Amino acid sequence: MTKRHWKVFGLSLMGVFGFTTGILMLAGAPPMEAYGLLLKGSLGSGKKVGAVLTAWVPLTLCAVGLLYTFRIALWNIGVEGQMIMGAVFATAVLRFGVESRLPLFYLILAFPAAALGGGLWAMGAGLLKTKGGVHEIFAGLGLNFVAQGILLYLIFGPWKRPGVASMSGTAPFPPALWLSSVSGMRLSPEGVFLAAAALAVTVWMFRYGRLGLVFKAAGNNPTAVMLFGEKPGRYMILAMVLAGAFAGLAGSVQVAGVYHRLIPSISSNYGYLALLVVMLSNYRVALVPAVAFFFACLNVGGIQLPMVLKIDSSLAGVIQGAWVLAALAAVAWLRKEGRPEEAR
Amino acid sequence: MTGSEWLLLFSGVVAGATPILLAALGETLTEKAGVINLSLDGTILLAAMVAFAVAFETQSAVLGCIAACLVGALVAAAVGLFSLKLGQSQVAVGFVLTLTARDLAYFLGNPYARLHGPQFSSVPIPILSDIPVLGPVLFHHNWMVYAGLGMIVLCWAYIYRTPMGLRLRAVGEDPRAAFARGENPVRLQWIYTLCGGFLVGAAGAAFSLFVKPGWGRPQGAEGTGWIALALVIFGGWHPMRAAAGAYLFSFLQVLGIYFQGWIPTVPAQVFQVAPFPLMIFTLLIIAYAQRTAIPRKDRHRPRLKALLDVFSGAAPSALGKPLRPGSL
Repeated sequence: MTKRHWKVFGLSLMGVFGFTTGILMLAGAPPMEAYGLLLKGSLGSGKKVGAVLTAWVPLTLCAVGLLYTFRIALWNIGVEGQMIMGAVFATAVLRFGVESRLPLFYLILAFPAAALGGGLWAMGAGLLKTKGGVHEIFAGLGLNFVAQGILLYLIFGPWKRPGVASMSGTAPFPPALWLSSVSGMRLSPEGVFLAAAALAVTVWMFRYGRLGLVFKAAGNNPTAVMLFGEKPGRYMILAMVLAGAFAGLAGSVQVAGVYHRLIPSISSNYGYLALLVVMLSNYRVALVPAVAFFFACLNVGGIQLPMVLKIDSSLAGVIQGAWVLAALAAVAWLRKEGRPEEAR
Repeated sequence: MTGSEWLLLFSGVVAGATPILLAALGETLTEKAGVINLSLDGTILLAAMVAFAVAFETQSAVLGCIAACLVGALVAAAVGLFSLKLGQSQVAVGFVLTLTARDLAYFLGNPYARLHGPQFSSVPIPILSDIPVLGPVLFHHNWMVYAGLGMIVLCWAYIYRTPMGLRLRAVGEDPRAAFARGENPVRLQWIYTLCGGFLVGAAGAAFSLFVKPGWGRPQGAEGTGWIALALVIFGGWHPMRAAAGAYLFSFLQVLGIYFQGWIPTVPAQVFQVAPFPLMIFTLLIIAYAQRTAIPRKDRHRPRLKALLDVFSGAAPSALGKPLRPGSL
């Protein structure tokens, strides 16, 4: 990180700290105690760190996918629905594994299936954008709600728990269909490996891969790319499909590794949150793991707030959003300050 | 259904459309000036929460409504600050603000969840409410519904029939040309961003003070901000047509409730998401109808052409592309 990055970091930290403290005082909660709870609730013990890493995995997977779409200048707001469809496809495959003698086969198959599900859902938004002229924000958002509808329909309809359909989700899978987990936690090493691998592939792709370069070119100047004989629309769809595939993988980790069943809130808003992660990372892959970890800390730390301080856990979301805004302001402010030095 | 049931249905449509109508009108005003306020969904929730909290504390729905309008303008001011003053992407800022305002509403509104508070009560307009059919449908509501109805005409008249409206459109179409004619584009964009936010705030108040009275998590207003944003496109950036879209949407929503009664096996959650595929489909038709560069398939089909022309209408040319600060 350069000196300027540290400046943005420091300034936005001050901004978000001031804002959040004000909000906490407005809600009549002791700010220092709330911060203490957030810290203790996320990094206070090995188990808590495990919970943070459990949230870090889907967040990072979604964020990595979004790097591709942002690179080609698309707002893949549909990442939430893509994660849901990944979870749905993974569940569909795992359901075959329940009766099977080869559960491992279905467990492994669930992951490419999830990537396919997320990718197809993203392709829908991509086609609506490139062929239909519907802005990707509306296409993606609409498809998010549709995915949510499909999810609820399946949980309450065809895939309902024998006897009663409820908000607690489908019947749990037998342990043979679970990812392994660190003792006493929901953290699966395979999930962490998957997220790390996704990061590594993306770093390589953006640094050395041809695709990373074309995405960037098509994002900055689609006309120029067209003149070079490439079709920017196709690359847009490809970027969307890649993002959807990563989000789908995040969904399958949630199903096979965390909840061991399909639940109505399977996406836990990680898709929307991942958009904030990528923005705060300034769309750079190097910062994504750290920002995702920090956001995961806030989410996990926030769980205790309602019980201890009687305040809503959405404080985590307020801090996350405020931080992105503060960073945007700091970047703009520094740009203004530094203007005389620039060649104008 | 009997005649009185139909009247009740349409009366419900008119009342239920109010929040989404106000939000769509506000956003139309803002976008006409070339600014996208993408934060609608969160703003509506935050305004709804503030409206209910203030109304609860003061026992006055009117004060709650005013507070909500101010909150809407405040969030819009944040959009203005980041995009017009600091030159950041309007889409990025709007999206972050949507999420932040929503979480802020849940956080600050927690103590007011599931309480019973004041609501707007209906005030039938004396003579007009006695008109058969039209009376019960249009003139048997609270004053916010009337304000919404009046705002449609007001917005249209302001944008298309006054010199100020002409300037507003000029800024949205070409800020540089407007500047050359002696306007201050950034100042005008600020004004209409705030005015639009004010109306969006009113939409929030309409939710928590009579359409879905009270506050909770979820409130029930979630998602409407996005529908309102889509309605602006649906309306081709024309207030009258955006309003027509709002009523159409409200009608479909009410219809959904009836359908739910007829087919009880389908879970309620599925009906709640029904507007969104419809939104995509409508935007698809609109995008097709607004296409001019490529020949459309309707060339030799006058009826299809007439249908598609209903959906034509272009975005303000400078929408989302504000002048860089200090570039004039």
